[in-house]
Amino acid sequence: MPSVPLASRSPELVSSAIDVRAVSHQFSLSGSKLPVIDAIDFSVVPGEFVALLGPSGCGKSTLLRLIAGLELPSNGSILADGLPVIRPDPSRILVFQDPTLFPWTTVWKNVATGLEARGVLKQSHARVDAALSLVGLSEFAAAYPHQLSGGMAQRASLARALVNDPKLLLLDEPLGKLDSLTRLTLQAELVRLWQRNGFTAILVTHDVEEALLLSSRIVVLSERPARVKAEFKFGKPYPRHRDDPELVALRRRILDTLGLAT
Amino acid sequence: MSEAQALDGAAQAQLTSFRRLWRDGLFAALSWGAAALVTIGLPDVVPWGSAGLFAAITGALAVLFVLLSPVVYRLGRAGEVMIHYGPWLVAIGVWLALWELSTAKFGWLPKPFFSPPHGLLNVYVADGTRLLICIGYTLRLWSLGFLSGVAVGYAIGVALGWSKRFSYWGMPFLKLIGPVPATAWIPCTFYFFPTTFGASVFIVALASGIPVAILTASGVGSVNRSFYDVGRILGADNRYLIRRVAIPASLPHVFVGLFMALYYSFAVLVVAEMLGAKYGLGWYIQFQTAYSGYANVYAALIIMAALCAGIVRLLFVVRDRLLRWQEGFI
Repeated sequence: MPSVPLASRSPELVSSAIDVRAVSHQFSLSGSKLPVIDAIDFSVVPGEFVALLGPSGCGKSTLLRLIAGLELPSNGSILADGLPVIRPDPSRILVFQDPTLFPWTTVWKNVATGLEARGVLKQSHARVDAALSLVGLSEFAAAYPHQLSGGMAQRASLARALVNDPKLLLLDEPLGKLDSLTRLTLQAELVRLWQRNGFTAILVTHDVEEALLLSSRIVVLSERPARVKAEFKFGKPYPRHRDDPELVALRRRILDTLGLAT
Repeated sequence: MSEAQALDGAAQAQLTSFRRLWRDGLFAALSWGAAALVTIGLPDVVPWGSAGLFAAITGALAVLFVLLSPVVYRLGRAGEVMIHYGPWLVAIGVWLALWELSTAKFGWLPKPFFSPPHGLLNVYVADGTRLLICIGYTLRLWSLGFLSGVAVGYAIGVALGWSKRFSYWGMPFLKLIGPVPATAWIPCTFYFFPTTFGASVFIVALASGIPVAILTASGVGSVNRSFYDVGRILGADNRYLIRRVAIPASLPHVFVGLFMALYYSFAVLVVAEMLGAKYGLGWYIQFQTAYSGYANVYAALIIMAALCAGIVRLLFVVRDRLLRWQEGFI
């Protein structure tokens, strides 16, 4: 697997720095303006794994869409490695809650989509195979999406992202719809892929435990319109255990911030 | 189940398949034999011709059913098909016998408005060459009209579904033209097309193009937005999004449009062949209607129905091939 990057490379080559500067965003709903994001500021250093935590419907997903470049913010700016984000780019890949695989083609072709769209598929067949084996789906290359389980489909969607060697992986509750056992497996898998490839990761979730198990920093957002409410930085080595007293204490503090402490 | 038992079971099955008789086959032989006897045994009220040939064919089939009945369970796939349609075979024999009795033999349904089955057979025997030429002409007109109509309709549909501006200007026209029967355009087509054949092709093309355009547009328009998001994130340009996302995603809709187009195009064939045609099934039907040759009309209608059903079947095969990925959804 020659072209899959390894974590031993210097972080600037494989990961992006992200600066979100005074970003506000609003939707226009039947004439009236609905503010969803309110003056958010935060930065992510190359190779970091940041979790954005907040109540559902607070604008977390919108923030990810802005960072991905699918939409432009109403105010403020977003910089990736110092350059403004104005359109989507395969170096920043968003993984959705739904796998959104193309149902009309095989798993292999789905994973190859990014390479094919950029016209480099011919010389990179091996990369598609490598990405599939990375997520353990080599045997399902010829299967159609409807033949996969929920967890397998989400793995395929991860492979479709990773085959492009993204410097930034944006994860929009990617495990939100999976059963709890599959979730645990894929959480470990995400950490492994992140450690192996060394990309920057931003995970949106409303699951405090998931944020604690995966990320090295948690940014807590308020209810809509989203503002940064608090930040928690911690440097626990992986693999982490959910019963770790330090994490349990942190979990209590975060829930407190969210106004959910018991 | 142990291997010995399995073998035993297989042998048992073999044995029963030897002993079993295809009962529907025997009943079919009876009904078809009755149809043959009625046809040859009773005189026609008014002679229709080909009674002997019809009796020979039905009689031969009756004999065939008798011969098949002890072996049909060992004929594999073909046998299964025959077993499945056994009750239909019985019913068709009964139907043919009653049909003979009520038309040619007792004259309850009189000539020329009704024809016995051997009257239809007589049309194929007596007018076969002309009918073959007509089939050729009709297929030429239909395929030219249908294929060109579908190609243009599909392209317009993709454009309407994809481009907001195209849809803004184009959709009102389509909505206006859509409900107008294709045949209403005959006066204009005579002006625009130098030959009547061109005009006929246009009418068929219009009838098949409009449903394809409407369904394709709605198909392309209703593609899940997140498929486009995924494509854009992975670096796809508009060309790629149309070719690799919009078009495959809208294919199920397009096929609904194609089936509609098929029926519409057959419905307008008769009218399209009014336009100064010299041959063609539609022309034949009108020509024979004018001369009260209703048996000939029925004979031609049966051919048209069979052609349409055959093409529908073909389209189903194509659809099932292209839309295999849908298996999990339907």
